[in-house]
Amino acid sequence: MHLLVDIAYTHIHGRGRQTLVSIAGVTLGVGFAIGMAALMQGSQDEFVGTLIDAMPHVQVTDEQRTPPVQPAARAFDAVAFRGLRPEDDIRGILNPVAAVARLRGWVPGSLSIGLSLQGVARYGGTERAVQIMGVEPRDALKVSAIGEDMVEGRFEELDAAGFLAIIGDRLAKRLSVTLGDSLRLTTATGLARQFKVVGLFHSGVVATDEGLVYVRLKAAQVLAGRQNAINDIRIRLRDPNAARLVAARAEEMLGYKSVSWQEANEDLLEAFQIRNTIMYTVVGAILVVAGFGIFNIVSIITHEKARDIAILKSLGFREADIRSIFLAEGALMGLAGSLFGAALGYGLTSIMASIEFEFEQQTEVTHLPVTYNWVHYTIASGLAVAAATIAGYLPARKASEGNPVDIIRGAT
Amino acid sequence: MTALVEARGVTRILPETVPVTLVEDIDLTVGHGELVAITGPSGSGKSSLLYLLGLLDTPTEGEVLFDGQPTHELEKDAKSAIRLAGIGFVFQFHFLLPEFTVLGNVMIPMRRLGRWPRTEAEQRAAAILESLGLGDHMHKRPDQISGGQRQRVAVARALANDPPLILADEPTGSLDSHASEQVFQILREVPARGDKSIVAVTHDLDIANRMDRRVHLVDGRIVLDEQMHANV
Ligand SMILES: Nc1ncnc2c1ncn2[C@@H]1O[C@H](COP(=O)(O)OP(=O)(O)O)[C@@H](O)[C@H]1O
Ligand SMILES: [Mg+2]
Repeated sequence: MHLLVDIAYTHIHGRGRQTLVSIAGVTLGVGFAIGMAALMQGSQDEFVGTLIDAMPHVQVTDEQRTPPVQPAARAFDAVAFRGLRPEDDIRGILNPVAAVARLRGWVPGSLSIGLSLQGVARYGGTERAVQIMGVEPRDALKVSAIGEDMVEGRFEELDAAGFLAIIGDRLAKRLSVTLGDSLRLTTATGLARQFKVVGLFHSGVVATDEGLVYVRLKAAQVLAGRQNAINDIRIRLRDPNAARLVAARAEEMLGYKSVSWQEANEDLLEAFQIRNTIMYTVVGAILVVAGFGIFNIVSIITHEKARDIAILKSLGFREADIRSIFLAEGALMGLAGSLFGAALGYGLTSIMASIEFEFEQQTEVTHLPVTYNWVHYTIASGLAVAAATIAGYLPARKASEGNPVDIIRGAT
Repeated sequence: MTALVEARGVTRILPETVPVTLVEDIDLTVGHGELVAITGPSGSGKSSLLYLLGLLDTPTEGEVLFDGQPTHELEKDAKSAIRLAGIGFVFQFHFLLPEFTVLGNVMIPMRRLGRWPRTEAEQRAAAILESLGLGDHMHKRPDQISGGQRQRVAVARALANDPPLILADEPTGSLDSHASEQVFQILREVPARGDKSIVAVTHDLDIANRMDRRVHLVDGRIVLDEQMHANV
């Protein structure tokens, strides 16, 4: 072993208990940092994963970023209008066939076009406001998790002639509808048809499960009284992270508002960021405390070893050599603490992963979501070693600067 | 005889509130292979002179030349390098590192200098210890051997890098007369090990008289510098 490290080792080895306490400080810091990061990242990954699975990665609607000019504003040159109802219109995406063809040309993923309408579902004496979503079933299956959400019937069954509907399980319960029943769908324009229910889905999102009705695109267009109209294009990308770019490009190309899943969930993602910042602050604070422990013990050692320092200098060791010795002491403790801390972090993560939660409504057992990510280990250990080395540096510098003659004279 | 270390008009004053003059106007030349005793009453500046000759301290006035090279403008690191390869210190207190074995202590200067590979350094250190009668104690720690033995280990460490100059500050001061004599005999034989010079502070006149030359200090000044004819 290198001489300076050798000397450093004898120093910290000589103070077994205090060294262990200092190392334990680093161990706890690193361990909890890793455990916490595993949990935070795990829950974030799970959440984002669910999000990415459930949501279209990019959704193009017939809206524009700047609201359309209302007829009243066109007619009168006024600053503001009050009390007027805005023009109610399913404008739809213009030239839908061409628009979709242009998108298909470059979008790396699947596309599904649809027509979304507001309407009312009625069965027996019960009515509920619903969103009617007309889709091409085969395409819809490719861009959403609806296929997996089916609890009765299959989504493909929608792909047949006639007026068929697949509705959320909560809506079915509210309306007391069962498979095979016919419910009446009416749109805002007043058009209505009877739809036979061929399937039920459960997405887990209450608003969807009690307010969404899937029908075939053609059927929705009939209800809207507008052939070939679409107002909704959903894109599922092979790489969800490309969503922002794809959305921006689609919007530029079509002129319609195109929203990536990140934009749609901006608030949540920001909350995650804040949470991560808080976590890093806490981890930083723990490491600062651990650093103080190391600073303390290295200071004690430099005082205790003043004679050794003096004699080493008289033997021809340079100040930098002396500094290196005590820097190495801080670094060694930081390194040891990091190693134990990594093990502790791994242990904590495994324990958290194995904890089981049982919820009343659910039959399956739920685990805490954790992520094992080497980046956490690297960052936590790296920071700990850096903090320990800096903590060692301050006393090291002081120790190296002393005049050996003072000590040698005093000891003689 | 060429000069190995030379003090020219060296004065050292500590810049305290009341400045303390440690040594004053010292002219001293130590040649290769010389065995010099420095004597003087307590507080006369013997240790201070030794630190100056050993480049551990810097003169307020005058200069110290090592092997003909002026040293007062050298960087700290350059002086360290001279000490590492060129000067061996022995103090009244042994200053051995308590955690290292006897062998380990002797090897420290060698490992720092890096002139010999590890195994060769170990053999060398063992040979030096053997020649100082410490062959049986090489793997003991400093607290497991006697004071005289510790002081001999300190001498072995001073010899480790084969430096041309050994500076000893009352190396036998803390020892009984038997151990004292042993350490002195060893020091005496050092010049024969290869043209080494020794400057040893001692208040033991019997020892001083058996060296080649005696320099006597009073109040920081050299008052006597004589060759011991018995040994010439
Ligand atoms: N740091 C100091 N502060 C004040 N006086 C000192 C200091 N160091 C040494 N002295 C004084 O300087 C003089 C010379 O000391 P020293 O060289 O140790 O003498 P010696 O080794 O001959 O006993 C003594 O009078 C001593 O008290
Ligand atoms: Mg003295």
